[in-house]
Amino acid sequence: MQRRFVSIWFRQLLADWQLIRRPELAEVPFVFSAPDHGRMLITAVSPIAAHSGVKPGMRAADAKAICPGLEVLDDKPTRPRNLLRGLGEWCVRYAPIVAIDEFGMDGLLLDISGCAHLWGGEREYLKEIVSRLKSKGYTVRLAIADTPGAAWAVSRFGKVTPLIPEGGHTEALLSLVPEALRLDDVVLAKLRKLGFYHIKSFIGMPRSVLRRRFGEEFLLRLAQALGTEDEVLVPLQIPVPFQERLPCLEPIRTRTAIEIVITKMLESLCKRMQNEGKGLRTGVLKGYRLDGKEVQISIGTSGATHSVIHLFKLFQLKIDQIRPGLGIELFVLEAPKVDDVAIPQEHMWSIKPGLDDQSVIRLLDRVAGKVGLEVIRRYLPASRYWPERAVLRTAAVTEKPVSSWRLDKPRPTELLRRPDPIEVMALIPDHPPKFFIYKGVQHQVIKADGPERIEREWWLDTGEHRDYYQVEDDQGKRYWLFRSGHYGGDQKYQWFIHGFFA
Amino acid sequence: MEGKKEIVIKLQQDILLWQGLKPQAAAKEARVGLGEIEQAFPAGVFPKRAIHEFITVLPEDSAASDGFIAGLLAVLMQNGAACVWVSTARRLFPAALSLFNVEPERIIFMDVKTEKDVLWVTEEALKCEGLAAVVAELGSLSLIESRRLQLAVEESGVTGFILRKDASKAPSTVATARWRISPLPSDTLDGLPGLGFPRWQVELLKVRNGNPGSWVLEWAGDGFEEVKKVRGRSVWSEKLDRQIG
Repeated sequence: MQRRFVSIWFRQLLADWQLIRRPELAEVPFVFSAPDHGRMLITAVSPIAAHSGVKPGMRAADAKAICPGLEVLDDKPTRPRNLLRGLGEWCVRYAPIVAIDEFGMDGLLLDISGCAHLWGGEREYLKEIVSRLKSKGYTVRLAIADTPGAAWAVSRFGKVTPLIPEGGHTEALLSLVPEALRLDDVVLAKLRKLGFYHIKSFIGMPRSVLRRRFGEEFLLRLAQALGTEDEVLVPLQIPVPFQERLPCLEPIRTRTAIEIVITKMLESLCKRMQNEGKGLRTGVLKGYRLDGKEVQISIGTSGATHSVIHLFKLFQLKIDQIRPGLGIELFVLEAPKVDDVAIPQEHMWSIKPGLDDQSVIRLLDRVAGKVGLEVIRRYLPASRYWPERAVLRTAAVTEKPVSSWRLDKPRPTELLRRPDPIEVMALIPDHPPKFFIYKGVQHQVIKADGPERIEREWWLDTGEHRDYYQVEDDQGKRYWLFRSGHYGGDQKYQWFIHGFFA
Repeated sequence: MEGKKEIVIKLQQDILLWQGLKPQAAAKEARVGLGEIEQAFPAGVFPKRAIHEFITVLPEDSAASDGFIAGLLAVLMQNGAACVWVSTARRLFPAALSLFNVEPERIIFMDVKTEKDVLWVTEEALKCEGLAAVVAELGSLSLIESRRLQLAVEESGVTGFILRKDASKAPSTVATARWRISPLPSDTLDGLPGLGFPRWQVELLKVRNGNPGSWVLEWAGDGFEEVKKVRGRSVWSEKLDRQIG
């Protein structure tokens, strides 16, 4: 199929936008200016100001002298891009791939291959876009051609017709000026100096000569306009391949109805995904309300899945977040992220369940959806002695430990997050405590094991080492105590409780 | 007289069958290593499709309960299944579980913020058939909440352990078994210095269709071992003249 492109040129993008926002400026000449090397340079000009001779690139002070009563407004460098993005997202209704014109930053490029017939032909298509944009307040020039480069050139410099027939773009380019090829100023000045005022005067020259004179960039632009080189458009919205739409006859407001909608859409979406061997990783349900507002909920899964029941349960947890208002008239279900689904082999007999069991993964998805992913923790052994760092936190269900758990040293079943200071009576130098007072209760130590010295990891933090004792009091309760630091005249030491043994 | 007794026993077993409890034949595979304690349960089988409630008021008690549960998990998780541990303020040290033959990396911890979330996660986890057990640490548990958990368990067959800090509302739940595990002084061989194996007073305060009781149990490195006679020392519960049951 022949590819067709539309170039939309907003002749006075910023001025039009300002006039839409502030209609009272219609009778006033105004310009946008931005600081540049300590002076204010004009970046965009309103039609009235342009009429009195103000041009972009002038100094704001000069412009004020030429045109009395000129209003100078501040410009932001990101504004044209933001405006174009908004307009481009609106233009998605005409074609799936819409890109911002990065060269001039004042237009859009649309890949309309196979779209125009939906509006009854290219002429009607162009008319529709122009009239819709005009009714919004934007003055635009459009052109349709076989290549983005040619469409760009004709929309800005074409004088005959905006509709270049298939295969006619080379002919249309011949009579245009070199500026139509999207070249930078240096190359343009060179061309003019050499007397090339039209494309036809150099298009037939050998490539090697052109490359030597004007560089590789020039040849690329020429080839893009002629269609011998492909030009890649960066779409504003990446089209979602897995999407379901469900318009409703009556606006929907109740939970039951929303549940039915979700099931219906999931059924057809999952069937498609199943046929292509894909599974959903993230899903977004959008609802378009009667009052024009949009509500949306999103889910995520830890593994690709196309199970309707599981996905429905994940959405069900979030239905409360939908505010239907007066009612929702259109639902769109998208799967922005899909992965290849691993199809498990059927088992003749039930195998050992494990961490990667389907039901466990579904449970984790539900918990992550309702409470949050950060609450799910797994721990792997870390080959370190310091108790607080002896376990390594991991979120992934499939991660396997690289080292084994240590079994040679006693470790308490309950470990305090932060050791609590206690008062003790202990014999010097390294005897376990005779008794200790924790939370106002005195514990008489009957049996004890230790000390087990654990040095601080000096490359991470400074401080004293710990001497751990495992003690049992007169009632049989077992504790993990430690002394931080050595005994000594000037040295600081303190006893702590750090855990409870089973 | 003998005939009457036999009839009563027969009737009791019939009632148990009608209540859905497995007959003795399956009992051998269903051992959890608790030895004589298992005789206290209906038909002599540790109920796996049930909620077990542990009363842990003090941190020392909950440390002992953690150890006891870890010993049970070692058996329950033998088939490779995972376990979920739900809590708001968890103190359990994962590295210690390996001392009870549990692989800590097969336990999924869910450290949520509120008690309500604990209950929600616990119920969802108990419905998940791929798990071996679910442990939940709770402040208190109402009758309705416990009934919901019990219903979830009956459907999926996952064993539920509830560590409950509030002892006052004990009778108001439908748990199948209620335990209290308190630490006891350990004993070393030949009176050597130092600490011996962890030893607990295991009290089965309530068990549905079974006989409550009290035992002294030790974790002997690779399994539970019942301590029949404590040399030179009376059992802690007797010393305090504590009421059991």
